[in-house]
Amino acid sequence: MTDKPKAKSGRAPVSAKRRDQSRREFLRSSALAAGMVSISLLGLMPLIGNANARLRPPGALKDRLAEQEFFAACIKCGQCVQVCPVEAILLADLTDGVGIGVPYIEARDQACDFSCDGLQCVLACPTGALTHDIDYPAQARMGFARLARPDACLAAHGKGFQGQARGPDFGGMLRYEDVDRWKPIRVADYPYDLPLCDLCIRQCPIEIRIAQCAAGTPPSGDPNQCPPRQAIRLEHSDDGRSAIPVVADGCVGCGVCEMICPVDPAAIVIDIDQSADWV
Amino acid sequence: MSYFIESLRQLVGLKPTKPQWEALPVEVRVVYDEKRREKLTKEQLRALEEGHEAARHRHKWRNRRWATLIALNLLFVVSYQLDIQLLEGALTASRFVGFHMADLNAALQVMLAYKHVVLNLIIGTVTVAVLWWLLGGRTFCSWLCPYHLLAEWAESLHLKLAEKKWVKDVQFHRLVRPALYVFFVLLALATGYTVFETISPTGIASRALIYGPGLALLWVLALLAFEVFVSRRAWCRYICAIGITYGIVGTISPLRVQYNMQTCHYEGDCRKVCLVPHVLDVTIRGRARGLTTDIGADCTRCGLCVDLCPTSSLSFKIKGLDKAL
Repeated sequence: MTDKPKAKSGRAPVSAKRRDQSRREFLRSSALAAGMVSISLLGLMPLIGNANARLRPPGALKDRLAEQEFFAACIKCGQCVQVCPVEAILLADLTDGVGIGVPYIEARDQACDFSCDGLQCVLACPTGALTHDIDYPAQARMGFARLARPDACLAAHGKGFQGQARGPDFGGMLRYEDVDRWKPIRVADYPYDLPLCDLCIRQCPIEIRIAQCAAGTPPSGDPNQCPPRQAIRLEHSDDGRSAIPVVADGCVGCGVCEMICPVDPAAIVIDIDQSADWV
Repeated sequence: MSYFIESLRQLVGLKPTKPQWEALPVEVRVVYDEKRREKLTKEQLRALEEGHEAARHRHKWRNRRWATLIALNLLFVVSYQLDIQLLEGALTASRFVGFHMADLNAALQVMLAYKHVVLNLIIGTVTVAVLWWLLGGRTFCSWLCPYHLLAEWAESLHLKLAEKKWVKDVQFHRLVRPALYVFFVLLALATGYTVFETISPTGIASRALIYGPGLALLWVLALLAFEVFVSRRAWCRYICAIGITYGIVGTISPLRVQYNMQTCHYEGDCRKVCLVPHVLDVTIRGRARGLTTDIGADCTRCGLCVDLCPTSSLSFKIKGLDKAL
């Protein structure tokens, strides 16, 4: 390919034309290299100001908005995506620059409800980008819930809730112990009838576990699964007619409250720059 | 020893060395001399031409390779889509029936950026290194990489356009690839991000297949367009770091394509179909240093030349196996 018959010059003097050719080859080769370098460096831009920080799967190596270690360790294989029973985990696209292929969770659409119990995504991670240091849902520090719009909260107005939490077309899933211990079902297939809305507490995976442990039936029969602290509780008003959800330091930021909240946009949201360890 | 040196020279983009006539072994010189004296009769020429015609339609290795490449990539897809958990993950890292595997270049980038290595990654990396050492290193490229297949199709389009003189293959110096390789290694080390993964069409294509398409495919399309209209097989030849990583593993691999200079007619068709034609420079008259020569580690063992060669002067060989059998 590179050796046209005439190119065989040995140690003979190099012709001006040949010199010109190799100069051009050098220039365009440099341009190609420079182009690739620039394009790959463009991938660092979305990181500026933590612009693309997201809710990450349990165990993600991050500190508030600083996700550098997580990005470094993630090999972008999507094995966490594959094992998640509720398919909560998505992979970032090109707009995330070097974060391309890194997993994240869109809590409002599909939160992590820990229905795998064993943190399957952490176990599946080949590089420890989802740290293998945590074993139980209560140890996760994904974010922290906050009642962002108390005015919108149904319970704050003393209202109950009837019907499908997110409407008939919502595709999100949760595991309901009373339906099937192993198989999550669509939220739309589980209508509620609540005199006072307490969906964010009722569906909180941490609160569910606390209740199970109190009943003497911890998840998977493993007492280690029992969360040490409460995550969220309903605080009633003096007249007892209304209430507001109060987030406690057992909250892991899984996002189920944000997902299940029936008002739109959700009254309760996850802050990704907070966690039980930092508030 | 010279095989390793020649292989490494190829990988880093240096021009193959030309042997001096006096330095060639006697038996090689005898063959060259005989060929120079030998005049082909009309019948012999016609027989040759017919052989070539048959060779042009022989696609044994290409078909096997495409079938393997498509089957393996589909295995990733169905493992997830049908939840049969046979081969979970993507090409960057996966589990084959639960056993960890990690792409060597992706693993290297992660190790350099993260600077910690967990046991799963060690298991995955060693497994894959041994696997591709056995299979020939850059065999990964032509037998598994989904971008390779797309690029092969883009290449045939490029060649058709080039035949009509609508496009011209702009060539670059092959030193660009090792230079970029070093750059990406240093960048991962310095920034702590696996920057190469951002632009690697192998990872992008593999994830797009398994998890669904995204905007990133536009980048893959842009690369393919560059290869069709500007520079033949530009990504694989001049840029891809994965090729170098597997190439280095392949330098000591026993699976090689072997060139037999005794039967070669020096037509050079093999170099025209080859993705990495510099590895076949030994097939130029006067370049062979022995009666048989193993093609260097930059060879992707794709078998196109093996299919094409009308005199079967190029064939797959497993070093040591012919002696053992």
